[in-house]
Amino acid sequence: MFSLKIWKVLTSPMGENNPITVQILGICSALAVTAKLKPAIVMALSVMIVTAFSNLIISVMRNSIPSRVRIIVQLVVIAALVIVVDQILKAYVYDVSKQLSVFVGLIITNCILMGRLEAFAMANKPWPSFVDGIGNGIGYGVILVILGVFREIFGAGTLLGYRIIPDAWYIKNGGFYENNGLVLLPPMALLCVGIIIWVVNARKKKA
Amino acid sequence: MESILNIFIRSIFIDNMVFAFFFGMCSYIAVSKSVKTAMGLGVAVTFVMLITVPVNYLLNEYVLSAGSLAWLGEKYADVDLNFLSFIIFIAVIASITQLVEMIVERFSPSLYNQLGIFLPLIAVNCAIMGGSLFMQEREYANVGEASVFALGSGVGWWLAIVMMAAIREKIEYSAVPKPLQGVGITFIITGLMGIAFMTFLGIQL
Repeated sequence: MFSLKIWKVLTSPMGENNPITVQILGICSALAVTAKLKPAIVMALSVMIVTAFSNLIISVMRNSIPSRVRIIVQLVVIAALVIVVDQILKAYVYDVSKQLSVFVGLIITNCILMGRLEAFAMANKPWPSFVDGIGNGIGYGVILVILGVFREIFGAGTLLGYRIIPDAWYIKNGGFYENNGLVLLPPMALLCVGIIIWVVNARKKKA
Repeated sequence: MESILNIFIRSIFIDNMVFAFFFGMCSYIAVSKSVKTAMGLGVAVTFVMLITVPVNYLLNEYVLSAGSLAWLGEKYADVDLNFLSFIIFIAVIASITQLVEMIVERFSPSLYNQLGIFLPLIAVNCAIMGGSLFMQEREYANVGEASVFALGSGVGWWLAIVMMAAIREKIEYSAVPKPLQGVGITFIITGLMGIAFMTFLGIQL
């Protein structure tokens, strides 16, 4: 069940084969939902669940899908799972689901999903495919959480809504500090991802 | 008339698909290596967006949103099929891209040769799906406004990818630090272009 190979499948997307920094998949949502940490975590969990289960379902059906219509079949499976996730989010964390707005629906067109289904689930047994989905979900989630932490601390001085930078430090209270509003704006997310990719590549070259 | 122009300008410059919402980033990064292919993909995205958004608008108006089945009869008046919208939208997009591909192949082989390889890619382009979802969320008043929004968004995406491709062709000759080459520098340039596009904020027509 947990052989070395499975472990490799699980951990490789977290490091040397990360979906965002190395495969450059699923960027859209990674940038858009990370202005605060909480939506980033919810998004990462949703993507992980959808990736894992769509991998599982497609892998079970892989031998009976005609290859001409496989894209449509994959899209229908993904869309059905996303609808389930969307309904659950609306029921239990309504405020976050409002913040994520259209980006929950956009999980359907997240390239990570189609990429993993095409590259892995169509050619592997159900259990490794499921683990591969979890692994890629975590790899995606790690980057989302890093971005979320950075952008929330420097942009709003809070983390998950709790204040990290003391109120007394702010200029309006006689201190020296001011939030960097630019960090919350969309362009800064792109710059952050660019820098993360830079760091990852630089470390890889040395190793 | 004024509001139509406003929606058009807004969707190209202020709510630009790439710089404000990061839609279609995957293909934006992957296909922006040369201006010629970027042009092809930009045309294809605009074209498909212009067809799918109005179709999805009509579906949303007459089938999906709460109470919209009233035209079928009394007992359907309080049916709400909103939860089905994701699956319907993606099915419409996937089938229309397939249809467009077949029609273009049949009637204009030269256009097909230019767009051909991009059309299958478009079914899973977030910009197309995002266009439909934003259309649903922003509740445009009629199908005309929705089409103008679709055209503007498509043109905005096209503009962005062509600009990026032009910059990337030039950057081949500059001394970018080794680990930053390729994708890394593309992200940073896109970020800077996004900051430049923010100067359009607040324009009202």
